[in-house]
Amino acid sequence: MSAPVIFDRSREEIEEEANGDVFDIEIGVSDPEKVGDGMNAYMAYRVTTKTSLSMFSKSEFSVKRRFSDFLGLHSKLASKYLHVGYIVPPAPEKSIVGMTKVKVGKEDSSSTEFVEKRRAALERYLQRTVKHPTLLQDPDLRQFLESSELPRAVNTQALSGAGILRMVNKAADAVNKMTIKMNESDAWFEEKQQQFENLDQQLRKLHASVEALVCHRKELSANTAAFAKSAAMLGNSEDHTALSRALSQLAEVEEKIDQLHQEQAFADFYMFSELLSDYIRLIAAVKGVFDHRMKCWQKWEDAQITLLKKRETEAKMMVANKPDKIQQAKNEIREWEAKVQQGERDFEQISKTIRKEVGRFEKERVKDFKTVIIKYLESLVQTQQQLIKYWEAFLPEAKAIA
Amino acid sequence: VRACAGPRLGAAMMEGLDDGPDFLSEEDRGLKAINVDLQSDAALQVDISDALSERDKVKFTVHTKSSLPNFKQNEFSVVRQHEEFIWLHDSFVENEDYAGYIIPPAPPRPDFDASREKLQKLGEGEGSMTKEEFTKMKQELEAEYLAIFKKTVAMHEVFLCRVAAHPILRKDLNFHVFLEYNQDLSVRGKNKKEKLEDFFKNMVKSADGVIVSGVKDVDDFFEHERTFLLEYHNRVKDASAKSDRMTRSHKSAADDYNRIGSSLYALGTQDSTDICKFFLKVSELFDKTRKIEARVSADEDLKLSDLLKYYLRESQAAKDLLYRRSRSLVDYENANKALDKARAKNKDVLQAETSQQLCCQKFEKISESAKQELIDFKTRRVAAFRKNLVELAELELKHAKGNLQLLQNCLAVLNGDT
Repeated sequence: MSAPVIFDRSREEIEEEANGDVFDIEIGVSDPEKVGDGMNAYMAYRVTTKTSLSMFSKSEFSVKRRFSDFLGLHSKLASKYLHVGYIVPPAPEKSIVGMTKVKVGKEDSSSTEFVEKRRAALERYLQRTVKHPTLLQDPDLRQFLESSELPRAVNTQALSGAGILRMVNKAADAVNKMTIKMNESDAWFEEKQQQFENLDQQLRKLHASVEALVCHRKELSANTAAFAKSAAMLGNSEDHTALSRALSQLAEVEEKIDQLHQEQAFADFYMFSELLSDYIRLIAAVKGVFDHRMKCWQKWEDAQITLLKKRETEAKMMVANKPDKIQQAKNEIREWEAKVQQGERDFEQISKTIRKEVGRFEKERVKDFKTVIIKYLESLVQTQQQLIKYWEAFLPEAKAIA
Repeated sequence: VRACAGPRLGAAMMEGLDDGPDFLSEEDRGLKAINVDLQSDAALQVDISDALSERDKVKFTVHTKSSLPNFKQNEFSVVRQHEEFIWLHDSFVENEDYAGYIIPPAPPRPDFDASREKLQKLGEGEGSMTKEEFTKMKQELEAEYLAIFKKTVAMHEVFLCRVAAHPILRKDLNFHVFLEYNQDLSVRGKNKKEKLEDFFKNMVKSADGVIVSGVKDVDDFFEHERTFLLEYHNRVKDASAKSDRMTRSHKSAADDYNRIGSSLYALGTQDSTDICKFFLKVSELFDKTRKIEARVSADEDLKLSDLLKYYLRESQAAKDLLYRRSRSLVDYENANKALDKARAKNKDVLQAETSQQLCCQKFEKISESAKQELIDFKTRRVAAFRKNLVELAELELKHAKGNLQLLQNCLAVLNGDT
């Protein structure tokens, strides 16, 4: 039961290299707009596609989509591609609490924040999906991006990102009971699964720390603002003119620094934190794909067992000399031989696809992390540069106290 | 933990705090932060040359250099604990002769409870984190403990220096005993009853303060000072609290950098792709930048929070002075009334006259010295704020530039590799 491994692998890798990363398509999700009132209200987002790919009729176009449309797209893609080994990027999570606030019309900062968080997540979701060469060819994806009218997605409850995750986890649990039975002939899969398990753990830990940073940065911003006000008051009551002025200026500096902290917290979250949470969910999808392979193997294995039983039955019938039963047995044997062959082909195919997918995923992951982390570090650079400006302006004021 | 306070800072003490010799100089400046304009002359020089932290108390070595004839030797040291400083402070407050002076505020009680608790928690949680993390956190907490320790030493030293610099207080007998007597002063911590008495005393004082401050002062200078001090004290209190909170948030964020650095390191050592080097470099960056952020928080604490806290206490001492003056004014006015009554009845007139004269003298003496004290207070305050704000800005700049360079260097490496 060993799949032809080495030969195909090098061929795949060569193919990978040749393809390169020429995906000239860019997706933007923007302009969230509330449609309707009360509990039936929803947010509509503008999805803009810019591309030079010939498969699209125009080079730039946009449509309006709502959240459930995205979920519907994902469920269609997942149902078509997950079980044959493609890593389908998961859709953003549903949030009842967040969305209710928006529906009920609370125009406060937390609901604006929620909408922005969702918008950014939807954009990243689409960007990842179109980067996938196979998914890009999918007609459902094209329809989602292009057609002005989209049939309402039903049953998105069951197939939301969280829903898929739950399914995958259930499957994983079931499969874990079977793992002992699978005769893993290919160490690559075992190795990779372990690696993804480790990566998952590490990313979760890092994500928790970054979330703490976001929280503390916001706290720092609030405390800085409070101090700024207090320093201004102190400056007002100070009866030495020059010192009073310097204290007022200190208050101004701290106010500006508060702004900086807010912007930095924004970057902390949208660049660093969200990157990590996206990848935590992506890795869940990867794990799901590995589990599908196991299920596929199980199916093949079951088919072989059934074939064996059918052959035994045939032998029994021959001994018992029942011609009609023998014929039936022979039919069934043919049927199951085909199934066994199909099972083997499916298993080889999914294994091949997963290897390719994992290779592509790893490349993407490396690129993604490098790009985003560099961008994040650049935001830190900006903050420091601003800090220098502010304190350089304040220093002469402090020295002027006489 | 042992620490040397004062301008002579041993390099050994800086170990584990941070790397880079340029951080040393701030400690020198930091400890003398509040000590502005305090002329230390040859006649009397006091400092805390050593300190030892034991389980529940701190032992300060008070070192004196003096050319005054009052002392048996020119240079000597004694060991004192916090309660003895409080005893000295209280003896000043209770001394009627010093009613006209701003009594230097008592140093706050050394408080290591929070730090000790954290160290204990860390010890308990040792099993749940990696060795690197544990070592990192331990170093951090030890540095924190050391910082608190150095601060308490500085506070106690500032108190002594203020006394030594004051033309009248430096001659006080109790002060000399405090400096010279090399046995325990047996000033046990106040027992419950005494503490309760103190509490009531303070309550009465503040109630009194309310009544007395209602009386408008004839003297413009004092009227202005009273209005000013009342408002200033409240605002300094608020600013001090807010500054504290801000500094603490800063520290929390720096701690997060620590954990992020550790996680990135773990990722870097476990990853199978070529992103390992990337993660390791970013992890290194977070470790380094965290040290700088921790310093920013510590310097803000020193230059801003501590400054405000100190002037909170000093402005209270100034308010106390005003209160004492107002009390003596009330006494004077009452003595005047008593004299008028005595003259009207022609009974005990001489007694009333003497009493009135005494009250008058006392009031005038207090007013005269109080005026000078309050002017000095303003001068000291302005100088201290100037020094600390300038140093704060300089340090913030230094750290921001340090951070910037770290980040830019790291980005150059990362972009070069990609």
